Amino acid sequence: MKLSFPIQGGDFTHAGHPSSEVKKVLKQLDIDVKTIKSIVIALYEAEVNVVAHAYRGTVDVEIDENKICILVSDEGPGIPDIELAMQPGYSTASKEVRDMGFGAGLGLPNIKKNTDELSIESEVGKGTTVKMLNYFS
Amino acid sequence: MKLKEIAAVLNATVACGSERLEEEIEMGYCSDLMSDVLTLDTDNLILITGLVNLQAIRTAEMADIRAIVFVRNKKANSHMIELAKENGMCILESPYSLFNSSGLLYQAGLKPVY
Repeated sequence: MKLSFPIQGGDFTHAGHPSSEVKKVLKQLDIDVKTIKSIVIALYEAEVNVVAHAYRGTVDVEIDENKICILVSDEGPGIPDIELAMQPGYSTASKEVRDMGFGAGLGLPNIKKNTDELSIESEVGKGTTVKMLNYFS
Repeated sequence: MKLKEIAAVLNATVACGSERLEEEIEMGYCSDLMSDVLTLDTDNLILITGLVNLQAIRTAEMADIRAIVFVRNKKANSHMIELAKENGMCILESPYSLFNSSGLLYQAGLKPVY
């Protein structure tokens, strides 16, 4: 099964819609609740990152019998130092993003915690692609 | 604690989810930082927050949290209520501060997450 959703940079009103839809699908597939929670938290954090930092992006989801692969790619400023961005507490978020309850530098570490496999590719001035893989237990 | 007891202790109004007031809630967690809420491994808790926006509801949705109390006399707007209802959440609104709300609930026996 394949699903695809657009994300608009700066649009905090709709942030979380793709995560919500993915959650509904996984529930219908009768996936274990803890696994669903990990997947949607990771996706939600990734969505918030796109809304907070990029101009636009897409969420592409591929679900098969034993795993879910989610690709969140954006057109945006990119991440100059991914290792630094992975450190808890490191953030370049604006005041506006912080006022929304995010931007404390916990997003990427939390994505890592909630995924079985994570890879991040980024090019400064072009954008970032986050690939998240979770196995159904 | 039952949700209705929490509402009484906090002198709170029920914005939605009144059908769930008999439900037991084990723990409370206070934060205005949604990223912290998303790091919790537990979910039978009530989120006590002064951050009143759609993302507070979304965060609760993703974290499987089914009860929120908005403190400092802040009110959820209609979009928030709609999303909360879709997810079967109970939303309370208290006139008390975050500190006061937390103290009262702790005293009444609500447990901390950590």
